[in-house]
Amino acid sequence: MSSFVNSSIGKKFFMSITGFFLMMFLVVHLSINLLLLFDDSGNLFNQGAHFMATNPLIKIVEPLLALGFVLHILYATYLTLKNQKARPVNYKKADLSKSSSWASRNMFVLGTLILIFLVIHIINFYWQLKVSHTVPGVMVDGVEMENAYGLVAGLFKASLIYCLIYITGAVFLGIHLTHGFWSAFQTIGWNNDIWRKRIEFVGKVFAILIAVGFSIIPLYFLIKF
Amino acid sequence: MTVLNSHIPEGPLADKWSKHKQKIKVVSPANKRKLEVIVVGTGLAGASAAASLAELGYQVKAFCYQDSPRRAHSIAAQGGINASKNYQNDNDSVYRLFYDTIKGGDYRAREANVYRLAEVSGSIIDQCVAQGVPFAREYGGNLANRSFGGVLVSRTFYARGQTGQQLLIGAYSALNRQIGKGTVQMFPRHEMLDLVKIDGKARGIIARDMVSGEIKRYGAHAVVIASGGYGNVFFLSTNAMGCNAGAAWQVYKRGAFMSNPCFVQIHPTCIPVHGDQQSKLTLMSESLRNDGRIWVPKKKEDAEKLQKGLIKANDIPEEDRDFYLERRYPAYGNLVPRDVASRAAKERCDAGFGVNNTGLAVYLDFKYAIERLGRDVIEARYGNLFQMYEKITDADPYKEPMMIYPAIHYSMGGTWVDYNLMTNIPGLYAIGEANFSDHGANRLGASALMQGLADGYFVLPYTIGNYLADEIQVPKTDTNAQEFAEAEKAVTDRLNKLMAIKGTKPTDYFHKKLGKIMWDYVGMSRNEAGLKKAIELIAEVKTEFWKDLLVPGEQNEVNQELEKAGRVADFIELADVMARDALARNESCGGHFREESVSEEGEAQRNDEIGTYVSAWEYKGENQEPVMHKETLVFENVELTQRSYK
Amino acid sequence: MSEKILKEIIVKVWRQKNASDKGRFETFTVNNISTDTSFLEMLDILNYQLVEEGKSPIVFDHDCREGICGTCSLFINGRAHGPDDDITTCQLHMRKFKEGETITVEPFRAASFPVIKDLMVDRSAFEKILHAGGFVSVNTGGVPDGNAIPIGYDDAEAAMDAASCIGCGACVATCKNSSAMLFVSAKVSHLARLPQGKVEAARRARAMVSKMDELGFGNCSNTGACEVECPKGISIANIATLNREYLKAKIAE
Repeated sequence: MSSFVNSSIGKKFFMSITGFFLMMFLVVHLSINLLLLFDDSGNLFNQGAHFMATNPLIKIVEPLLALGFVLHILYATYLTLKNQKARPVNYKKADLSKSSSWASRNMFVLGTLILIFLVIHIINFYWQLKVSHTVPGVMVDGVEMENAYGLVAGLFKASLIYCLIYITGAVFLGIHLTHGFWSAFQTIGWNNDIWRKRIEFVGKVFAILIAVGFSIIPLYFLIKF
Repeated sequence: MTVLNSHIPEGPLADKWSKHKQKIKVVSPANKRKLEVIVVGTGLAGASAAASLAELGYQVKAFCYQDSPRRAHSIAAQGGINASKNYQNDNDSVYRLFYDTIKGGDYRAREANVYRLAEVSGSIIDQCVAQGVPFAREYGGNLANRSFGGVLVSRTFYARGQTGQQLLIGAYSALNRQIGKGTVQMFPRHEMLDLVKIDGKARGIIARDMVSGEIKRYGAHAVVIASGGYGNVFFLSTNAMGCNAGAAWQVYKRGAFMSNPCFVQIHPTCIPVHGDQQSKLTLMSESLRNDGRIWVPKKKEDAEKLQKGLIKANDIPEEDRDFYLERRYPAYGNLVPRDVASRAAKERCDAGFGVNNTGLAVYLDFKYAIERLGRDVIEARYGNLFQMYEKITDADPYKEPMMIYPAIHYSMGGTWVDYNLMTNIPGLYAIGEANFSDHGANRLGASALMQGLADGYFVLPYTIGNYLADEIQVPKTDTNAQEFAEAEKAVTDRLNKLMAIKGTKPTDYFHKKLGKIMWDYVGMSRNEAGLKKAIELIAEVKTEFWKDLLVPGEQNEVNQELEKAGRVADFIELADVMARDALARNESCGGHFREESVSEEGEAQRNDEIGTYVSAWEYKGENQEPVMHKETLVFENVELTQRSYK
Repeated sequence: MSEKILKEIIVKVWRQKNASDKGRFETFTVNNISTDTSFLEMLDILNYQLVEEGKSPIVFDHDCREGICGTCSLFINGRAHGPDDDITTCQLHMRKFKEGETITVEPFRAASFPVIKDLMVDRSAFEKILHAGGFVSVNTGGVPDGNAIPIGYDDAEAAMDAASCIGCGACVATCKNSSAMLFVSAKVSHLARLPQGKVEAARRARAMVSKMDELGFGNCSNTGACEVECPKGISIANIATLNREYLKAKIAE
């Protein structure tokens, strides 16, 4: 097993598996977030957030998720450094645009930008909800919970800058996924010449859905209020 | 006959090989481990031999000038490999393959060798399949076959248009397996520069490390030459740029006989020369002649307009096209053997009917096949070849006919060997294209791959044991022996001499000059006066070469000009023997066409009264005329008839 | 075949005396080149000039000059095997360049392909990977008849697609990570497709990948550049096959 972990394909395998895991997280995260759009009283979203915060399953998955992020980032860093070592002298003139997409060549750059966004995102929401507990409470259907809706809506209504940061983050994430989605399948070997076009297509659709889905939320608050 | 003993076994043709195998000596496994064999060249013959010998337990050292054995020029063979499997139920047999090969070679090969080749041909296919060679298959999963020039059955196995590549990769992977095990020591980017003999026996080689320039000694109990052919003597040929006659020429100078050097094959379907900046010629597979029709204009004025670029092929109406192969040879049509097709093209072009700006090209037209079978079928069959043609010429062969012209392709001649593939120097073997043995005066398509692999997999591993069985007491060759020191000094002296000329002209100047002489006088059509003139002209080139050559750089570094210079020096000397051999053979046979020996219709006329021999040239020293010995060819099983493809 | 003459071409070439030399670009002018001339023939002409001038000619690898031996390399104007698709450098013709153009020529670059001299690189790392497992372990003789094991048409074709690799190294040269995955996967999937090769597929995948890693090639990040620059158009679907074969082999270990 250790030889597998140390092998290039093994490390890529972990990139792929953690990638899949993070993509599933994105789907769940986006579905909850979209509740923001369907009830301006905020009750729907607050209930959804409360459910996620109190669900024992989520409690178990949460540290796993954190681990997934960390592994994805650590392996990416390690592999990128290793890849740079594999070509100590670079070409003076290289034209790689003919042969590969920009996203595929810049996954680490995109990943870094997404990480920066993630830090901002955590400070904005996660920190206040889960660590500093500075979010005021609210009663929904007789249950007391934190007013997550107020936190989110408040931020987007108050700041154009934050709206733009969140939209940009979503776009970076989408671009990252245009390559990441199908690449994850390729790395675990679930690909061939016939399925490749299909997976790439689904990957593009997925990337667009994620990017658009997350962008709609700040846009909604920006335009409506 | 006193000098040359071919050691052909007695008995009926069909039993010779099996009887011989029973009689020859075998080396025990324990002793094999103590015996070393050097193999020079790692194409089909060399790689298969090196791998097979190592599998048997010998310690093998293999050498190639390329950076990997996989790059040997066997890789460029396109069409296929023959085998008398009779999978098509078309009445093929060992005898028929033997007969076709003997006849195709215009009765200038040894019966016994050719029969053995046909006999082992089936095993080659089995072996390659087992190695994972992806031969073309039918939908039912069985091996597919195609037909080839000069025969009436379908016995050619193929892997798209890359058969040579796939077979070489098969042999190369067998070799890799042995390298991985440590039983073969591989020396890529090494060029053999001399043979070392001790007490008359081949005991090692001197080679130059082409990266460091170091001259090194390697000892062994036997040396196998598998260094391919000498087509590059013509400068322009279908051979790879690095193909050379070095190894063959060094063993010749050490006493091995050179046989039938004038037998070279001129392939009819090559892309024509475009100008004097050209470095090599590209072959288009013979399989194209299955569906393409060859023609030139009937009217000279049309040809002249084509040459000036005033009209295009498609402007010439049907009735004004001369399908000269179909006209002259109705039975075989466009599928006549290579020598016949090449000469016919030259005849038309010499008469002024050539179709490109140089007047040296004929059309190979797929219009008719596309009409008959549809573009899809043609694309499936020849797509990669068409693409290759378009990349080189920038013309679309689906829309306008291809232009082709003959070019030097293969050397039937080579180092003389006996039935055991041993040269007249004990312990020195020659296999594959490097020897002369199986193709006579003309090689049939898809037979070169067959011979290379037959020698390497199934003949040499048996016959070399017969010699090595007597060498088991001989200790490891001492490379400090005086003979090695002398040979190394000779090599170093020669390299220093080449470097020291410091004249004014690069090697290519001499190579081009030599090539032109060879093509003009020792090419497709030869006559006494021309050959005598060639001998004089070659001598002049030699003098000029050693006076005015310019090799830049140093000896102890990568020096591609020095490599070329050494090879061209060999070519110049070989060219002389080729011309002499062509002069001595006053008959037309196969690829060798003497204008003095033609029938009333102008066809090549063989003369069996004087021609049934194998020439074997013996080196007599620097600037001495070589001496020719003759091995008489005895035909007990086939009747010699004038080849007719009408 | 409309031939034109390029009156002047500027060639900017990487020169490096040996592996330890730092290397630099040198610029040359070549005149009167026919567009029907191949790129390597243009270099021949330049070298002829250099030798005549008593200078050291440019060292580059080449041999068959018909796109099959895989000897030629070169990174020309930013692309492995130059600005044309599905070809090796020896099949590149001067008609792909413009009058007066400056052509930049560099060696294939990767830590595992050290420069020997000028444009010549050492690709023996590929050899070592194949020595580790790029074969079917059969000895000469004693094998069944060629038709004894039927092989489906599609399997034979797919194996042939992968087997058409010429080992030129363009995949490594063009990959931003200098990864050898396309090369290794072509061999693994060629043999894994055939019943003859399946027998030791697991051992082969393990051995070849571990040797590849050891030799300092980068990791595949699925950019797909390799298949675009591969002269034989070998698909990166083979890389998926390799990943699968390797995972299977490791699970079974």
